[in-house]
Amino acid sequence: MLEEIKYQKLKDIIKIYLPEDVTVADVEQNSHFMNDLNINSANLVDIVLDVEDAFDIRLENDDMDQMQTVNDAMAIIDTKLKSK
Amino acid sequence: MSRRVVITGLGVCAPNGVGLTDFTQSLLEGKSGIRHQPILEKLGFGCQIAGEPLVKDNLIDNYFTPLERRGLNATGIVYGVIAGVDAWKDAGLKKNETKEPSWDRGILFGTGILGVDKFREAIHLIDEGNVRRLGSTSVIQTMASGISAYIGGLLGCGNQVTTNSAACTTGTEGIIMAYDRISQGKAEIMLTGSCSDSGPYVWGGFDAMRILPRAYNDNPSQASRPMSASASGFVPGSGAGALILESLESAQKRGAHIYAEVLGGEINSGGQLGEGSMTAPNSIAVQRCIRNAIFNSGIKASEVDVINGHLTATAKDALEIENWSMALNRSGKDFPFVNSFKGSIGHCLAAAGSIESVATILQFQENVVFKNVNCDDIHTQIQSLISEDCIPRKTISYTPRIIAKASFGFGDVNACVIFKAYSD
Repeated sequence: MLEEIKYQKLKDIIKIYLPEDVTVADVEQNSHFMNDLNINSANLVDIVLDVEDAFDIRLENDDMDQMQTVNDAMAIIDTKLKSK
Repeated sequence: MSRRVVITGLGVCAPNGVGLTDFTQSLLEGKSGIRHQPILEKLGFGCQIAGEPLVKDNLIDNYFTPLERRGLNATGIVYGVIAGVDAWKDAGLKKNETKEPSWDRGILFGTGILGVDKFREAIHLIDEGNVRRLGSTSVIQTMASGISAYIGGLLGCGNQVTTNSAACTTGTEGIIMAYDRISQGKAEIMLTGSCSDSGPYVWGGFDAMRILPRAYNDNPSQASRPMSASASGFVPGSGAGALILESLESAQKRGAHIYAEVLGGEINSGGQLGEGSMTAPNSIAVQRCIRNAIFNSGIKASEVDVINGHLTATAKDALEIENWSMALNRSGKDFPFVNSFKGSIGHCLAAAGSIESVATILQFQENVVFKNVNCDDIHTQIQSLISEDCIPRKTISYTPRIIAKASFGFGDVNACVIFKAYSD
């Protein structure tokens, strides 16, 4: 899967969880989900589930703990896709 | 400290009308919201009909963000938020856009059980060993207080935000609890109401108890027959009603429209003693509840001119009329007008008290007593207690001054509230 497509897919997932004062244009590769994008910590759980569905992968508890930024998410998705 | 409390806003999501305009029209005409439910037929229910609000998908978009709608599978929350937010707006109140909670505004929104379909979803995932797939909304949609929490967050309320639960008295109980809080000076504005989920998992237990009518699956609008000789059980329903209770002082300061005044009420239980049980009322307690509500309201029994009963369309309707008659010491032609809205909306369980209270209050606004439907054959025992002229079978023009509203519920619990037409 092309990096661009992957990134777009991830942004589409994140989009719905953004609070009113953050737009999708604010999402960057190194954005921290909670600190930069102000995403509610409870919703990180939902982002993980959406990522699992969109990429047909399964994230373990450790993966979830490490997924702090958009880049983290991209890296985890890559690893999981390669080991499929 | 005892302050006057008035009603300044109403909202409703009922089987026969979502929003005040449609609901009022349905009540004026006696239009039924009871319909055949294919899912109940598929599942082999004895009673395959119910009253369920018809909520259009694009209407939900007006109340919930796309994020809130994701995985939303709790009809009680949908109904409760629609009714609650509508009541807030109807009272001329706005969302709190500041950073400071509205300390003098609270939510008292009851339910019997919340998010049943969401809970079912969770049970399946958990049983499959897939608890990790529940997502973040399983708890907030299935905790009983999910509904008050939801509305409290939408409006930014900083006073008490809680959920009461007392079976079918829930909605009426909530009004009295909100009244107490405001009259005691602990809050200025309370949004009170109640909601009940739709569907087989809520209604199934009642079907199993064989207390629902089974002979009207092809004729749903005729099924719910309060006070009639042919009453054969209550028709289950769902939905939500909401009322804004406010100190008179606050309402006057805001220049708010005042629908009616809440004079007071009473909440009690028959202790499941004597003739009372988990499912049957102790008449001594019912009568005491009504008498105390009148006493607490500072009026005389002779001043009540309309009653909105609990009257569910079971064999107990005659006993309820007898209890009212004994409590008020009024009978025959001297008895007040009495109506039950369950004939057209069914018995909305935890939501019944609030939906019916909204309807009750609308009678002040419309200058009417709404009709009873499906009771052309008044039960003979009721006829022996009160004149049939007291049971309007057509909506009549009338200017009510004092209306008593009561609800009774499983657990032998009772609530009676007294509303008065507002005047300075």
